[in-house]
Amino acid sequence: MSTPLKDPVAATDTGTVQLSYREAIRAALEDELDADPTVLFFGEDVAAAGGVFKTSEGLSERFGGRVFDTPICENGFIGAALGMAATGMRPVVEVMFSDFLPTAGDAIVEELPKFRFMSGGQCSLPVTVRSIGGGTGRFGTQHSATGESWFIGLPGLYVASAGTPAAAYSVLRAAIRENNPVLFFEHKGMYARKGPVSRSDGAIARLGAAEVVREGSDVTIVATLLMVDRALQAADGLADGGISAEVIDLRWLRPLDHAAVRASAEKTGRLVIVEEQVHVAGWGATLISDLTMRGVELSAPPRAVSLPDDLLIPYSPSLEDAVIPSADRITEVVSSLCEAGRPHALDA
Amino acid sequence: MGTTDLETRPSGPAADTSAEEQLAWFRRMIEIRLFEEKVQELFMEGLVEGTTHLCQGQEAVSVGAISAMREDDYLTVTYRGHGHALARGMEAEAGFAELMGRSTGCCKGVGGSMHFTDFSRNLIGAFAIIGAGLSVAVGAAMSSKLRGVDTVALTFFGDGATNIGTFHEAMNMASVWKAPVVFVLENNLYGEYSPLRDTTSVEDLAERAKAYGMPGMIVDGQDIFAVHEAVGTAIARARSGAGPTLLEMKTYRFRGHSRTDPAKYRPEGELERWKQRDPIELLGASLAANGHLSTDDQVALRAAVQAEVDAAAGRAADAPVPTLEEIKAYVYAS
Repeated sequence: MSTPLKDPVAATDTGTVQLSYREAIRAALEDELDADPTVLFFGEDVAAAGGVFKTSEGLSERFGGRVFDTPICENGFIGAALGMAATGMRPVVEVMFSDFLPTAGDAIVEELPKFRFMSGGQCSLPVTVRSIGGGTGRFGTQHSATGESWFIGLPGLYVASAGTPAAAYSVLRAAIRENNPVLFFEHKGMYARKGPVSRSDGAIARLGAAEVVREGSDVTIVATLLMVDRALQAADGLADGGISAEVIDLRWLRPLDHAAVRASAEKTGRLVIVEEQVHVAGWGATLISDLTMRGVELSAPPRAVSLPDDLLIPYSPSLEDAVIPSADRITEVVSSLCEAGRPHALDA
Repeated sequence: MGTTDLETRPSGPAADTSAEEQLAWFRRMIEIRLFEEKVQELFMEGLVEGTTHLCQGQEAVSVGAISAMREDDYLTVTYRGHGHALARGMEAEAGFAELMGRSTGCCKGVGGSMHFTDFSRNLIGAFAIIGAGLSVAVGAAMSSKLRGVDTVALTFFGDGATNIGTFHEAMNMASVWKAPVVFVLENNLYGEYSPLRDTTSVEDLAERAKAYGMPGMIVDGQDIFAVHEAVGTAIARARSGAGPTLLEMKTYRFRGHSRTDPAKYRPEGELERWKQRDPIELLGASLAANGHLSTDDQVALRAAVQAEVDAAAGRAADAPVPTLEEIKAYVYAS
């Protein structure tokens, strides 16, 4: 087991510790199961096997019948989660790969967001759907999507994600405590990444708040999931070249923190979206749309580093690496943007 | 009951059904019939828009089944759910107001015909997507089981739902988890406009229970005594911890699938044959034969219920439409 089981008192205040993203997810689940007896956790292979990505090891031993395995039927078990939430429980479910979310299309698109509304507000639906996505795993086309923007256009639903171990802990706990359905995205390429995590109730994230994970003055990089990590790597290199990049982990994709992005972009004058998804119909395009409609003037037009719009994610390792935005590509784009946007460059 | 006990329930009043209970059923079935007919009128008057899926002919299923439930048991229904909501005790006025989009409607006017929901009566959802209510009912049942209380869940759905994945997912989950849930399948012979035999691999849908290791039973859905007894037995089984049951109610809708469907696909004489087994008339005949309610009194009762239904619709029409500002609060819970 990667994280030792903590007793309930210790779990509420252990200060800042180094945890992997995986351990942070598990800690968030454990602390919420601990805090509230109505919290349930279920999904495929999450109990006896501890999750295929080992994010729930030991939880079924500790919490007994509140952590259990399901048949392979995402639409069915998310629908069941809705029924549990409507009758007083606070279920958390795991979807093993984000690519499986569309099999639960009815539950996610038609039921979770609409159920409270069409009843005239008669109930609340505290359901958290944890969805594990993203590339770099050599899993091929049907096990590599982040899926992060597929469901951001649905009033009634919240969509969240985590780009650091700290966010994995803080945002997941916030999602579980939320009285509305939350689709929470994790990135399988991040599970081994370690970072400082404040494992305490005080760390629970605020709904809809993006996080500035690195402050800078020349350019704003907005990213999610693994792209936050890569943007931070790029920012390190850019600093050596004299470019100060501010990196934002967006965290919430519905609602989007337009205010935080706008404030940063107005400060730096430049914006780069880094996203492990095509640019069309995603959160990145939506952020740029907001800036445009508000007439925010930047030093240079915004840029986006995204998945190619004319390809899908391939298996072959070198090809997969080639399509997913790398720190080098981010560096390249940010450098050229900062160059193009420098007043002296225009004067030359 | 065996693993798959495919049998047809006999009809006739069970010894323990009191005259009072039978009279309450009869009144409720008439109320549902007249409510649905009033909906058609209101449509013609332009007070109801969109579409409706009416349930004339299927009243014995909703009333017979729901009268076997406890008040704290959970219920999910479908877009053909007016009858179930009334059978659960919802006021007709709340139904009419919902259909007219008024703030006094059961869903404050935002749900409409297909979403008659009433949490105060544990009617926790009416779903317009085929099959969706089944897994929700399994979840409600598991909620009871995990909390260690003996409430059960009952879910109504149509024959067409047995061909969608959620039906199979829900049946399997319920069986594997021994969820205290009763699946009440209203087989009215048509999935929308298509006859069952053209779309479905078996004629008796109760057979599908076998694949999920649960009892399946065929019930005469026009006979309220048969419905009530079969559902009562399945609920008792669920409450005892023995798991789910699938009950196939053989029934018939006297109207088309939805408002615009004239049901021309029905073979000649079929509707007339089923009307010979109108569930309200079957119960009425039994009440008269047993001396519980004469045919004259039945005529008077019908007139009294008609006056109530008309008055309820009138009050509903006087209620205000909610504002956009008000309904924003229904999107997210605070």
